[in-house]
Amino acid sequence: MKYVEEYRDPVLAKQLLAEIREAVTRPWSLMEVCGGQTHTIVRQGIDDLLPAGLRMVHGPGCPVCVTPLELLDKACAIAAQPNVIFTSYGDMLRVPGSQTDLLSLKARGADVRIVYSPMDAVRIAVDAPDREVVFFAVGFETTAPANAMAVISAKDLGLQNFSVLVSHVLVPPAMTAILDDPECGIDAFLAAGHVCAVMGWREYEPIAEKYHTPIVVTGFEPLDLLEGILMAVRQLETGTAKVENQYIRAVHRLGNTHAQEAIKRVFSIIDRTWRGVGSIPDSGLTLAPEYAQFDAASRFKVDGIETAEHAACIAGAILRGTMLPTDCVAYGSGCTPRVPLGAPMVSSEGTCAAFFNAGRRRDAVTVGG
Amino acid sequence: MCLGIPGRVTSVVTVDGLLMGLVDFGGVRKDVCLSYLPETGIGDYVVVHVGFAISRLDEDEALRTLEIIRSMPGAFAQELDPAGYAGPAE
Ligand code: SF4
Repeated sequence: MKYVEEYRDPVLAKQLLAEIREAVTRPWSLMEVCGGQTHTIVRQGIDDLLPAGLRMVHGPGCPVCVTPLELLDKACAIAAQPNVIFTSYGDMLRVPGSQTDLLSLKARGADVRIVYSPMDAVRIAVDAPDREVVFFAVGFETTAPANAMAVISAKDLGLQNFSVLVSHVLVPPAMTAILDDPECGIDAFLAAGHVCAVMGWREYEPIAEKYHTPIVVTGFEPLDLLEGILMAVRQLETGTAKVENQYIRAVHRLGNTHAQEAIKRVFSIIDRTWRGVGSIPDSGLTLAPEYAQFDAASRFKVDGIETAEHAACIAGAILRGTMLPTDCVAYGSGCTPRVPLGAPMVSSEGTCAAFFNAGRRRDAVTVGG
Repeated sequence: MCLGIPGRVTSVVTVDGLLMGLVDFGGVRKDVCLSYLPETGIGDYVVVHVGFAISRLDEDEALRTLEIIRSMPGAFAQELDPAGYAGPAE
């Protein structure tokens, strides 16, 4: 059995696989939402070990990948302005915009700085009162509490030279949009453990019920994924559709309520465009009116940007789970992690990078998405 | 930046009204905000997202998760030492 010997507990892994095989009587499609889960599934070959007909579809769970092109272009336009210190998480620097990326701007002399935490950006603003410091606030519910605290601190400190370019996205509305798309045919979800560590899973209960779709909160270790898959399959085979928690060690139903309060205080919910997917209602966060003074998009007039994706890139279909990286003509030749044409090849959480890093080749893949 | 990294809290202090701590990620140490987990004490394992502790884990779980993140090319460096991360190797 391919790869199983490398698992932390190969005996348990084999047992879980046997139980999955025994439970499955019909074809099912399961979507894992988190990019860390995609990485584990592809690297450990979990998709190859599953019984025929049980298909893993890789979801849009890479924050770098779904940040809309327009926001990236805005980030570049702001970063190029004199007197600006543009700060960002490292993963965003190499993501291709329409014309350029932040790393190339930095090479050409723009003051673009990588920070570990948004609090580092606040500190830079305190230390450089005569410069405009902008932080690129992207990510899912996992980074929102940190970005909220940065804005709260900036307000408490009375900072006039700090602002955030916000492009936050929320997972549950994206799952709803996927279920609403007749092309997708997803039967069950493995929800992202770390997103649920922040938010809990109450929000998923109405989705499971309305769409009659099982949702299993799952970690991203190989054994977690096998167990999450087994739990989802058992629900499907018995006609059950509820939220279950595989990742009991780190996730509770209510999540982290302190973090949720901070998100609620600083942000309000808006419609958000997801790169490659399109606009999804109520799927993003923007600054609440009380904190609107920290909005970089209105502080720097950067509207009217024309966006253009690379012609070869099929990232949209990959993020929606309807195609695989190996279906892309540029995969591995024109597009590699070192010279990415599209966002899913940039971050280790991206599906294209996960495939490339696991050595999957275009011709080797027969099970299409 | 979406992956939480588990680490062990080695000190707890209050700075400018924020509960902060030093967290050890298998040898790499970082200042981390503990305000969202105010009950955290020295020796606890916490999952840290971009400088903020969000949830607690037991030690075994923390070490296993660390191992997986180390297996993702660049992920560990990208999360913890983003400024020093030189990009993917091929
Ligand atoms: S391989 Fe590159 S060009 Fe093809 S879909 Fe992925 S990111 Fe886009």
